[in-house]
Amino acid sequence: MAKRIDVSDLDIFYGSFKAVEGVSMSIEPRAVTAFIGPSGCGKSTVLRTLNRMHEVIPGGRVEGKVLLDGQDLYAKDVDPVGVRRTVGMVFQRPNPFPTMTIRDNVAAGLKLNGVKNKARLDEVVEKSLKGANLWNEVKDRLDKPGAGLSGGQQQRLCIARAIAVEPQVLLMDEPCSALDPISTLAIEDLINELKERYTIVIVTHNMQQAARVSDQTAFFNLKATGQPGKLVELDSTSKIFNNPTEKATEDYISGRFG
Amino acid sequence: MTGVSIADKTPGSHGESPLSGDGASTGRLGDRLFGGAAIGAGAVVVGLVTLIGVFLLSQAIPSLMKNEANFLTSTEWSVGGDHPRFGILRLLWVTVLSSLLALTIAVPIGIAVALFITNYAPKWLSKPAASTVDLLAAVPSIIFGLWGLRVFGPRTEGIQNFLREKAGWFPLFKETTVGSFTTIFLAGLVLAIMILPIITALSREVFAQTPTTHKEGALALGATKWEMIRTAVLPFGKPGVISAAMLGLGRALGETVAVMILISSLAQGTDFSFSFFDGGETFASKIALGAGEFDTPQKTGAYIAAGLVLFILTFIVNAIARIVIERRKAFTE
Ligand SMILES: Nc1ncnc2c1ncn2[C@@H]1O[C@H](COP(=O)(O)OP(=O)(O)OP(=O)(O)O)[C@@H](O)[C@H]1O
Ligand SMILES: [Mg+2]
Repeated sequence: MAKRIDVSDLDIFYGSFKAVEGVSMSIEPRAVTAFIGPSGCGKSTVLRTLNRMHEVIPGGRVEGKVLLDGQDLYAKDVDPVGVRRTVGMVFQRPNPFPTMTIRDNVAAGLKLNGVKNKARLDEVVEKSLKGANLWNEVKDRLDKPGAGLSGGQQQRLCIARAIAVEPQVLLMDEPCSALDPISTLAIEDLINELKERYTIVIVTHNMQQAARVSDQTAFFNLKATGQPGKLVELDSTSKIFNNPTEKATEDYISGRFG
Repeated sequence: MTGVSIADKTPGSHGESPLSGDGASTGRLGDRLFGGAAIGAGAVVVGLVTLIGVFLLSQAIPSLMKNEANFLTSTEWSVGGDHPRFGILRLLWVTVLSSLLALTIAVPIGIAVALFITNYAPKWLSKPAASTVDLLAAVPSIIFGLWGLRVFGPRTEGIQNFLREKAGWFPLFKETTVGSFTTIFLAGLVLAIMILPIITALSREVFAQTPTTHKEGALALGATKWEMIRTAVLPFGKPGVISAAMLGLGRALGETVAVMILISSLAQGTDFSFSFFDGGETFASKIALGAGEFDTPQKTGAYIAAGLVLFILTFIVNAIARIVIERRKAFTE
């Protein structure tokens, strides 16, 4: 069920500002692809075009193609709501629905899909929470508010919520940046397990994290502020970190940047 | 540090000892001063309210003692003479019925308008639409009263008659001695329009504050716009909408002039009915209409007693709103 993503000649705009230019890349299924690069180079922006969340921002606009197993996400007859059900997303700051219980948070996506059967919902809630390595910590308090969990637990709750609808791709925008090292490790372990079933794209500022969890790494850069960001190179993670083709990548990896 | 000398003198010059602050106070002058001022202001307000309460009670009690009817269950209202008989049942019913009708109409419309302005309207439209609704709040209630009587009221005659005919078997819609459109029903409709701006404005504010992360969380799960509103915007805004509704209800309960103009008075001794199509007075309009009778302490006391009931009613409404909001807090923090 994991799908591959092919991006070609993608330009991304905020109103009249071109934030990202000419991105072309292939994201492998059942693998983790990491986006790295300096702040403001457009990693989040590119990530959000992969499930059509970019256009939620007023003025957000895209030119080019994003193919999911050959199907253009931006074709005229494609419903963005359907795209987002196929391509799930986890945000930088954990954002469980604060008025919902833990159970309802996980079940939210299913309920949107019209699943009402209580037994089925309970089953998926348990499965997703187990999948997100959170079940043991919350199984006794499923009816407590999700906002009462720790930051790391909340983030895993958001991951459970995202995988509950069984997406084919999971996008994560700096999922560990608000977490302590132990929660971070828990989430990295989880990513390792999830990649057997999902195509995963993760944005991170943490080089070690990119090196630890990803199979491929994409390095984005921008020439100067106000200029559009660009994809410098995408390659296997070991190649990017040990022997990158581009000098800019090497400079960035080795910390000789800017 | 010129502030020191000024501040040092201020408490002294009023002959007060500087009040010690709460646990968070650093003991610095600014803290002590501000803490003292806050406690002082609080004390003044509490003191004033107590004084007013004591005054009102002292006025009302003698009249209540002389009252020969049951104050809570009687529908009579003759407050003069040696044998006063008065009760608030009818006032209470008219007040509550008209206000609840107003609320039932205004809350859904207010929420809908607020959602339209915050989530659906294109940018160029949302500002003017919001201002138009706010403008409604600036219309004086006497204007609403006159407009309701001259313009709006006659147009409701159709629906009022329709309900009287078709649903007249139901006590709320029963035919009464009031044949025209100047009924509790009309007052409720006009009150709805009057409280719509405040409900819309407050709801709009809370809806607009829904964190983007919640909205994006819902959208990223594949929610349609309406589903996003249901999962993120409405739950987030619920406490705000409740307080908006309660504020609106408070306004409707206390509205005087418009109601006075809009509802037909009933002749003494008219039978009590539960119907929307009856006339009568609300607490506020009764007191306003009775202003000419405030010539003896006994009569005045009776009206003050009615006023106190209105006060308690408003207080209960607010207390309920508080409890509802507090209950939800566990889920919003
Ligand atoms: N909502 C927005 N409206 C307008 N411009 C935006 C918006 N969000 C981002 N941008 C601009 O788009 C460019 C890319 O931003 P983006 O958030 O994708 O960077 P990033 O690589 O994710 O940075 P970071 O590592 O700091 O998260 C930046 O120049 C940024 O200012
Ligand atoms: Mg980012």
